[in-house]
Amino acid sequence: MPSWSDIFEVVLLQNYNTRLVVVSTMLLGVAAGLIGSFLLLRKRSLMADALSHATLPGVAIAFAVMVGMGLSGKSLPGLLLGATLSGVAGIFTMLVIRNTTRLRDDVAMGFVLSVFFGIGVASLQMVQGMPGASAAGLESFIYGKTASMVKSDFYLIATVAAVSSGMAFLFLKEFLLLCFDDGFAASQGWPTLFLDVLLLALVTAVTVIGLQSVGLILVIAFLITPPTSARFWTQKLRTMLILSAAIGGLSGWLGASISALTPQLPAGAVIVLVAASLFLTSMLFAPARGVIPRLLRHARLRRKVGRQHLLRAAYELLEAAAGDGPVMNRSFALADLVEKRTWSKGELKHILRVARREDHLEPAEPGRLRLSEPGFGEAARVTRNHRLWETYLITYADIAPSHVDRDADLVEHILGARLVRELEEYLTNHGVEIPVPPSPHLIETGTPSAS
Amino acid sequence: MNWTSFDTWTVVIGALCAVACALPGCFLVLRKMSMMGDAISHAVLPGLAIAYLITDTRASVPMFIGAALAGVLTALFTQWISRFGNVDRGAAMGIVFTTLFAIGLILIRQAADHVDLDPGCVLYGAIELTPLDIVSFAGLDIPRAALVNGGALLTNLLIIIIFFKEFRLGSFDPAMADTLGFSSKFLHYLLMTMVAVTTVAAFESVGSIIVIAMLIVPPATALLLTHKLSTMLIIAVVTALASAILGHLSALILPPLIGFETTTTSGMIAFAAGVIFTLAWLFSPGEGIVLKKWRRRSVLVEPVHDSGEY
Repeated sequence: MPSWSDIFEVVLLQNYNTRLVVVSTMLLGVAAGLIGSFLLLRKRSLMADALSHATLPGVAIAFAVMVGMGLSGKSLPGLLLGATLSGVAGIFTMLVIRNTTRLRDDVAMGFVLSVFFGIGVASLQMVQGMPGASAAGLESFIYGKTASMVKSDFYLIATVAAVSSGMAFLFLKEFLLLCFDDGFAASQGWPTLFLDVLLLALVTAVTVIGLQSVGLILVIAFLITPPTSARFWTQKLRTMLILSAAIGGLSGWLGASISALTPQLPAGAVIVLVAASLFLTSMLFAPARGVIPRLLRHARLRRKVGRQHLLRAAYELLEAAAGDGPVMNRSFALADLVEKRTWSKGELKHILRVARREDHLEPAEPGRLRLSEPGFGEAARVTRNHRLWETYLITYADIAPSHVDRDADLVEHILGARLVRELEEYLTNHGVEIPVPPSPHLIETGTPSAS
Repeated sequence: MNWTSFDTWTVVIGALCAVACALPGCFLVLRKMSMMGDAISHAVLPGLAIAYLITDTRASVPMFIGAALAGVLTALFTQWISRFGNVDRGAAMGIVFTTLFAIGLILIRQAADHVDLDPGCVLYGAIELTPLDIVSFAGLDIPRAALVNGGALLTNLLIIIIFFKEFRLGSFDPAMADTLGFSSKFLHYLLMTMVAVTTVAAFESVGSIIVIAMLIVPPATALLLTHKLSTMLIIAVVTALASAILGHLSALILPPLIGFETTTTSGMIAFAAGVIFTLAWLFSPGEGIVLKKWRRRSVLVEPVHDSGEY
């Protein structure tokens, strides 16, 4: 367990080596969050997967070439150049397969991923047997090796991250157009092919610098997870981009800090788990599109609909009982209410419980129900809305009186107050009675007295 | 080159595994879920690690169960995230498998004190060493890997023969399958289980790289050559067999040719499959680039008859 002073040392970036690692991972997260957003919007997230696997042969071949030229073989810029070239070859193959055959995106990606990775594994094994150079450690490109970063690596990563983020901002408008409607962009004369290639080049750049710090399998998470998390918080694109960059940066910072404190755990995995927990939080709790807020909204609407159904059914029973006289708030039989609608036993029980809690029902003799005063008023209002809407539909939407009940039912629960006012005004001008108007059609089921 | 009985067994094991993967792979490709194979083969890692941690051995049965569960969970989580979260399927898959893989890496680091387990062996496997691990079966000495992969192959073959009609309908028209009473959901998870079980059977002996390649590349090759499902399955099986044989041959022959000592058979099997795919891509009668070009030219050369019939 790390002590508090260790934690402070890492969080405040006091240690030089930790500072390099944490800051560069954070920059990587910001760049990946930005670039990954465009991939997500183009529904090409898994391209990051194929691309990162496709860099492996480049690493091995670059190593072999550098050793052949008498160099050390493990200089990072050389290896990354190799990785970039083979990543680009992978993307090129993918695009050509997609454009010249009837195979779809996913097959093209899977093909590039598996074949390039296979070649990569085979050639890594080959170069490991090369005389005069130890290739041990090349595998760190698969799992990442954050802690071994030196200053020149840091400069490289920082430059690439800064340049690709800058390009993302520079071409923001063009990329957004490409993501939302590439056909339109092409028809307006934008060079969509160039933009597509530029975007993929940026993805390649971010993937390649990610190889060093989190490894080729987990850099995929950096490109996919932050944008997807950001998507839950907003419907606005620019906000999403900023959020995604922030979430990426936060995952990088937190993840690298935690892994600096727990050196026995693999750093890349820790970073990915931090990003995944941010994703889970966003998916569950984000107010705009998160799962729980959405379920709550659904439940609230369902409660509202249930209440309105109950009140209207009750009002219609009272109306029938009153005959031609004024509608009075009397008690009515539960059995009659059950007949009114097709509601299941549990459903009705739940609705009644909610109505009692909301003070719409008063205690009555067993087997009977009675509306409270506010309940009665609300029931009249709900019924009135329903009838207003029905009348409107019959008059202006040409819906047959025998069918209008259902149609009105679908819409009335979400009618706003303003719309109801407008309807009232409209219908008053056309001579429709405004206190609860009579039903424009026969109310058939479950009426207790003769109808 | 020095061919021994070891090499024969290596090829047999590689071929069994390749064919076992190519069969369910056809349906993955047809259902636009090719990347699921990749996702599942990465995501089985935590299942394996948990099985190790609980049982403290490298016994096959718990490992098998753990990994198969992890594989099915990958499919399930992907489904949930993309449905409840309104997330693009590809992105959901990417999040699920990277997270599970990360959990697996951490668990393995924890387990490393107890058992000898290297994440590298999950990826590359050691197909060259499998003939050493021999068990006795029906009076014969057979490598364990051959039994395991052969078992996976038989299971997949049986399931596909039994459910051929349902799979065909479910792959081309899931809505129709549902209305006719074949649950397309059941078929989906059956397929996912097949992929997971095949991956696990293969992983321990030959590494997941063969699995990913064999799930996608032979079916993709077959898809370039035919429009008929039964023919596609046969071509995929033949391609898988050829990749296994050519892969091991080239693993023996290729490195000395370009001045290296050795390489891995699993990587070379994927490479061989890629070469076969490229040949089909260039020369397929219906889809091949070369033939298409040639046909286009012959069309241009012919005189144009304007029959006015459009």
